[in-house]
Amino acid sequence: MSYDNELYQQVILDHNRNPKNFREIKNATHHCHGINPLCGDDMTVYLDVDPEQGVVKDISFVGTGCAISKASSSLMTAYLKGKTLDEVRIIFDEFHKMVLGEMDPEKQEHHLGKLKLFKGIRDYPSRTKCASLAWHTMIGALDEKTEEISTE
Amino acid sequence: MPESNTGLSDKPAIDIEKVRRDFPILSQTVHGKPLVYLDNGATTQKPQCVIERVRKFDAEQYGTVRRGSYKLSEQATLMFEDVRQKVADFFGAPDRKEIVFTSGTTQAINLVAHSYGRKFVNSGDEIIISNIEHHANTVPWQILCEEKGARLRVIPVNDDGELIMEEYEKLLNAKTRLVAVNHVSNALGTVNPVKEIIRKGHDAGAKVLIDGAQSSSHMKVDVKDLDCDFYTFSGHKMYAPSGVGGVYGKMDLWESMGPYVTGGDMILQVTLEKTTYAKPPARFEAGTPPITQVIGLGSAIDYLTEIGMDNIFEYEKSLLEYGTRLLQEIDGLRIIGNAREKASIISFVLDAAHPHDVGSMLDQDGVAVRGGHHCAQPTMIRYGVPATTRASMSFYNKFDELDVLAESIRKVIKLFS
Ligand SMILES: Cc1ncc(COP(=O)(O)O)c(C=O)c1O
Repeated sequence: MSYDNELYQQVILDHNRNPKNFREIKNATHHCHGINPLCGDDMTVYLDVDPEQGVVKDISFVGTGCAISKASSSLMTAYLKGKTLDEVRIIFDEFHKMVLGEMDPEKQEHHLGKLKLFKGIRDYPSRTKCASLAWHTMIGALDEKTEEISTE
Repeated sequence: MPESNTGLSDKPAIDIEKVRRDFPILSQTVHGKPLVYLDNGATTQKPQCVIERVRKFDAEQYGTVRRGSYKLSEQATLMFEDVRQKVADFFGAPDRKEIVFTSGTTQAINLVAHSYGRKFVNSGDEIIISNIEHHANTVPWQILCEEKGARLRVIPVNDDGELIMEEYEKLLNAKTRLVAVNHVSNALGTVNPVKEIIRKGHDAGAKVLIDGAQSSSHMKVDVKDLDCDFYTFSGHKMYAPSGVGGVYGKMDLWESMGPYVTGGDMILQVTLEKTTYAKPPARFEAGTPPITQVIGLGSAIDYLTEIGMDNIFEYEKSLLEYGTRLLQEIDGLRIIGNAREKASIISFVLDAAHPHDVGSMLDQDGVAVRGGHHCAQPTMIRYGVPATTRASMSFYNKFDELDVLAESIRKVIKLFS
């Protein structure tokens, strides 16, 4: 197992270089600030949710972090755009379980699509929080958390 | 190999092959590559003599200290107190009773903040730290100042990571109760001019604590010569087991201070109405201490003494020079901390990759470095970086291990650019 095809796959390197949805949303309906105090990753996730349909019309992030956290945020925002809030919560739950090694996307049914490329993270326990920071922050935004979300 | 390692005398200061054989962990491979251990600023590996001493003590000599009236306990107490003497000798303390064992530097600083600070720092007083302290030498003072209505003042640093001494002088005044600075910065490697800091602090009437977590394993330290009031250290950063460390303090200060942790062993007498305290150091060592770890610390000190702190300093200095030159040649790498006086620590950032990614990537080449803020966030903020990658070297590191480091960094840059 070598790093350039497990932890740092090309997709991750690409999203790190050119993250998608790396911007603020001016009139966001939801937003939240998340930090990983261990490594200093710091980000804000913005969502624009259609109140009637309960659909994510737009989602974005800004902040600083490692390649894993940036790529995870980028892929998350790309994947969640257009999803319903119910779907978002199911996907969050599955993603969370996958990076902790509690769900194997090769063996179990899931709705993660290409997000399953983060499966390898479970072999790097010191890095799982890098992959999940964006997700926790996104859920914090939907739950209208006013305080900072922290991975610790 | 650079000349400086072989130049000065006929005999190299450090017989590197022999030294490496003393540390069994160093011969292992990681991900199929030889381990290159460069996280000595976080914690150091243990030589065989320490491993064996700890084993023998636990297997044949273990007993509680200061309590039992039977042979095992009496012997263990003698050995335990013998280590206190070794620590005192190692740091040049006049009296072994001036050495208080703690679990490490963090607890040592908290002890001083609590027992000295709570008693002698009052509303309106001032405490001085620097901009390049570990959180362990920051947070206890912040809390103390908050509680007491005292003011925390900070010595600024220049772009190279050196304390600006003129600014320090301006901060000192009649209200300054305490100055607490590290001897060596764990985040940048800066060796601070502590002797001058101490003298000027004393001139202003303040007491001075030196956080020696990073200096104790890299250079000869003489607390008498420095004239510091407190000096703290961590065993696990000086080739001893984790869980033990301590603090040297001047006896008159210890005697003026009340206890920190309270309970057994720190009392003279307890009645239900009143407790009178034992003399230092027992007053500050409530409860059963880390007995085996203290014994291991004694062995580590013997080992360091045998190799010689001056030899260690010289060898690590040439490692630092060599490593610095190698890393400076890498495009897109910036060293954070270029003080004139540095210990063998190189902190750096890459344009191409975040320190966390660098750490994970280097690990794949067997290279263990630390990526993060090094528990020194105010330092990171000062230099405008969220984190750095830190290679911290020991006298058991080889020059060619730094070649491996540099090569591995080049690979990261290539992959991430
Ligand atoms: C300068 C400095 N001070 C304090 C500490 C805290 O030491 P310990 O974790 O052993 O209590 C460290 C360790 O990282 C350090 O480098």
